[in-house]
Amino acid sequence: MDILLSVVAVSLGAAFAVPLAARRRRAPAALAAGAAFLLLCLSAAVAARVPRGGILLHRAGGWPPPFGVVLVADGLSAVMLVTINAAVFLAALYSSEYARRYTGEWRFFTLLLLMAAGMNGVVLAGDLFNLLVFVEIAAFSAYALVAFGTASEELEASFKYAVLGILSTNFVLFGIALIYGSCSTLNMADISLALADGRRGAGYAGFVAAVFVFGFGLKSALVPFHAWLPDAHSSAPAPVSALLSGVLIKTLGVYALARVLFNVVGMTPAASRLLMALGGLSMAAGAALALGQWDMKRLLAYSSISQVGYIVLGLGLGTPLGVAGALFHLVNHSVFKSLLFLNAGAVEHATGMRDLRRMGGLGGRMPVTAATSMIASLSIAGLPPLSGFWSKLAIVAACVGAGRPGYAALAVLVSVLTLAIVMRLQRYAFFGEPGGRWDGVGEVPAPMRIAMCALALACLLGGLLAIPTVGGRFIGRGAEALLAGGGYAEKVRAAAPEGAWCGSRGGAGAARRASARGGG
Amino acid sequence: MTAYLLASLLFLVGIYSAATKRNLIKIIIGLGISGYAINLFFVLLGYRAGGRAPIFPEALAAGEMVDPLPQALVLMFIVVGLGATSLLSALAVRLYEKHGTFDVRRMRRLRG
Amino acid sequence: MRDRRPGEGMTLTVRTITRLTAGLILLFGFSIAIEAHGAPGGGFAGGVIIALAFIHLILGFGKRACRRNLSRTFPSFAARLDAPLLISVAMAALLCAFTAHSALAGRGLDMEPYGALLEEALQLFVAVTVAAGLVAIFSGLAAMRIDRR
Repeated sequence: MDILLSVVAVSLGAAFAVPLAARRRRAPAALAAGAAFLLLCLSAAVAARVPRGGILLHRAGGWPPPFGVVLVADGLSAVMLVTINAAVFLAALYSSEYARRYTGEWRFFTLLLLMAAGMNGVVLAGDLFNLLVFVEIAAFSAYALVAFGTASEELEASFKYAVLGILSTNFVLFGIALIYGSCSTLNMADISLALADGRRGAGYAGFVAAVFVFGFGLKSALVPFHAWLPDAHSSAPAPVSALLSGVLIKTLGVYALARVLFNVVGMTPAASRLLMALGGLSMAAGAALALGQWDMKRLLAYSSISQVGYIVLGLGLGTPLGVAGALFHLVNHSVFKSLLFLNAGAVEHATGMRDLRRMGGLGGRMPVTAATSMIASLSIAGLPPLSGFWSKLAIVAACVGAGRPGYAALAVLVSVLTLAIVMRLQRYAFFGEPGGRWDGVGEVPAPMRIAMCALALACLLGGLLAIPTVGGRFIGRGAEALLAGGGYAEKVRAAAPEGAWCGSRGGAGAARRASARGGG
Repeated sequence: MTAYLLASLLFLVGIYSAATKRNLIKIIIGLGISGYAINLFFVLLGYRAGGRAPIFPEALAAGEMVDPLPQALVLMFIVVGLGATSLLSALAVRLYEKHGTFDVRRMRRLRG
Repeated sequence: MRDRRPGEGMTLTVRTITRLTAGLILLFGFSIAIEAHGAPGGGFAGGVIIALAFIHLILGFGKRACRRNLSRTFPSFAARLDAPLLISVAMAALLCAFTAHSALAGRGLDMEPYGALLEEALQLFVAVTVAAGLVAIFSGLAAMRIDRR
């Protein structure tokens, strides 16, 4: 079976195999973790196989693009796949202990794997319609997982999230309808070529881009559209929060937005300015709001808004360094924010509370949690040897390089604010004298510790990706894929068998047609 | 053109209802209406004046049929809309259990 | 009109009319589903109409009466049963296509007429799946106890 198809098939198949194993007590957790590990291996294989500057393509049912459904993996998809599946694997491992508190554990793992399937599908989809379908699969599982505890506030958070999510889907569908109306195709490569023709849909490509920015911006919780995120991310079970903050908003929001803007509609100066403004606003507002929070997970959720702002700012710059920095920060953020949410979950698991005012002195009782949390905090704040520093440095340098010193100053300022935020978390949760309060509290079980340690190790070693020879193969190719712009379409067309491409021919084809018409 | 304008009007009605109503059920209905408006818009895009249903009989050129692709996609999104409505109403019923009301002003997180 | 307890259904007029029309709606749904091979999305539309007949009954008679007379697990069971049914239709279709293109085709074993029959069966199964799924969702929501304060 084709490797791209097997990534989607394994995740969907595993999701529906979990209910069959529901009767055995430990089987759902083991099955989910096993499937997630297999997915991680598969995505590493995809990343290794994607040729430099090229793509892998799977034609579903053998139909050639642009008519058939295609799965496409390029450098960017490879970066996203590895990040997603690593996070899903560690979250599944962590959940094998954490989810024991729920009745109907198998439902939890089914939804978790469905969410993974949706995200894997999003990054591999070669046409807009399947992209939206996979977005829906992931988003619906997320709505259900947020409400999983069925406490009042979880239901409310889930309702809010679902209403805004469905609204954003409607807008994205509207954008797709507009594109289909002008280009008569849904294949992303074909749309890009048709728009490059210049004859069709060029008039309102800007409007379409704005509709997509609104739709996907709502999914990635950029600041004017962020209202749902703090509720949803703090109400979800901890491993799910880690996935929501770590990869979901980036896959459904940032990845989809970047793919559509860079490779399909084409980046314009207006879109670039809009992205930078949204990114800067998210950075500043997210950090400012996070400062006042006492709920541990709510604080982390607001900080996610701020960190996604960095990514969008880097993408908006559109320079090679900016885009590479953005992707690097995306990978790093998924590591350290997942880790911080898992730490919060561990604290909640052990003490049953999330309110920072009532904690303190947990460091001695939960040494692994405290140490890993410290590493993640320093990394998110951007202290030198850790991964977060290098990606923020790249983004700040790209801002300066692109002649936007204001944004560079803002990025540095927000980084300092972030340090204050996470140090406040450290101080109230882990530092200080334990007193007699935590006598019965011990470290969390082994699977949870292993997941946290693995992520902490990734934080420590993530800086190595900043070395061009190491990171260039991974992050660099992702950035190249985005910066290639219309080159994505050319590559998909080249991967179709000779003579099979019946869609638009792009600039060259249009010129040929024009000369033929002139000659005749 | 009138049809497109009416579809956008329907969309605005849905958004207005979802954004301003204080009752969970009315919010769900508003979202449903906005979804239908988009579906209607999509089907209208594929319509061709005087075109017939896109079934492939022998003596009929492709030009005489309406575009089948939007219809297939809209069918898919009707099902997604069904999923959305049932998920939201399940949440609304559970919230009613907790609060004894569908009024969002009585719910802490949804008040804003 | 006197007040009724929740879940007790509607007035006698509504119930009588429901009793008369539900069967007709069901019949209409099946006729659409059987005609489905000639209409776009036919099985789906037929299934929705079949489901509407049952939803009509649940609304008219109230969920208490329905809980006595309609099985709550049957719709979801039917929805699940459909996966094997659809797979078997697909297998039968493969078999037909295989025999049509193999040496058997020339020896008086003509599978061509069965194709239309399979298409018919497929659309009918789709209709039943859709109907069962919709009824399962609706009765699932209706069965949630919302009268508790």
